[in-house]
Amino acid sequence: MKRFALAIAALLGLLVTLAAAEDKVATLRPVTPLAESGEAAPMPNVVNTDIRQVRNYPEQPPLIPHKIDNYQVDKNSNKCLTCHSRAAIETSQAPMVSITHFMNRDNQFLASVTPRRYFCNQCHVVQTDARPLLENEFVDVDAVLEYVKSKEGAN
Amino acid sequence: MWALIKRIWGVVRRPSVHYSLGFLTLGGFIMGVLFWGAFNTAMELTNTETFCTGCHEMRDNVFAELKTTIHYSNRSGVRATCSDCHVPHNWTDKIARKMQASKEVWGKIFGTINTREKFLAHRLELAQHEWARLKANNSLECRNCHSSDSMDITRQSTRAAEAHERFLFTGEKTCIDCHKGIAHQLPDMSQQSTWMEAPSGKALENATAFLEQRQKETN
Repeated sequence: MKRFALAIAALLGLLVTLAAAEDKVATLRPVTPLAESGEAAPMPNVVNTDIRQVRNYPEQPPLIPHKIDNYQVDKNSNKCLTCHSRAAIETSQAPMVSITHFMNRDNQFLASVTPRRYFCNQCHVVQTDARPLLENEFVDVDAVLEYVKSKEGAN
Repeated sequence: MWALIKRIWGVVRRPSVHYSLGFLTLGGFIMGVLFWGAFNTAMELTNTETFCTGCHEMRDNVFAELKTTIHYSNRSGVRATCSDCHVPHNWTDKIARKMQASKEVWGKIFGTINTREKFLAHRLELAQHEWARLKANNSLECRNCHSSDSMDITRQSTRAAEAHERFLFTGEKTCIDCHKGIAHQLPDMSQQSTWMEAPSGKALENATAFLEQRQKETN
């Protein structure tokens, strides 16, 4: 009997959370019924300030702070490297593609960008001015360290 | 028959004997206008996009690629057609280019680029011709629309403004040096020195000399 009551309670709890979730979570299709197609959201603009942004964590591939519309990156040509390659940066004054990109998977440095790092857009993306659907609760590692330190100080 | 030819020749040789001077002057004037009008109309016809894309070589390759670029579709709806960039607007230069284009008619007849594969194989050479042409005339066809005098660099991104200030306004480089592949896809660029990294002749010479010296020493 007790077990049955528990199960009922758990089920009720689940239903309540589901209902609450339905109200709270903003999705890409907020109110439009499933069978209809809603109005498309306006397309956000690409941030084109040329101001480098802080990486959220050390390993984050840096964001591209400019437009890259129609940049050709294929077997024939790599538009990004016309400015960011080792030889080009004196003229372009753009940041050079990191030396890690010259490393093949045996950690050997090649003379130029290794094929596995050739397609810039696999990791580096532009930032748009779109409003996030959910608030981002990400905490920077420095903030985490601060927090840990303050805790240690308290003890 | 012979007599007829002889008579026509006589008229052509000394028309003023047979026709009045007024008739000849007026006739010459009218025929001149007609000829000139027809000539220019025909030439303008070969400058239209319909004419250029009449051949599948252009329609399926370069025109298809143009469609995705800003020179075909953009916010203000102003767009460039083939001839805006590829045919000089100045009359004498235009005639010169049209005469060169007889080579392209030859290519069409003999199917030099009548498949995608053939086109790609020739793409570098074709592109180099256009780059050389634009380099030689200081990117004239770009400047027909994009005047550097009317360019407000405060409306440009920082990056673009800086580059234009350093290279365009100083005359150090011309449009095509940096803006290759702006309207069509680029050919294999691995053997091309890009605008940024053209190695100076001296450095290359030094490197070659050094390597040759090493080669000799090892042998």
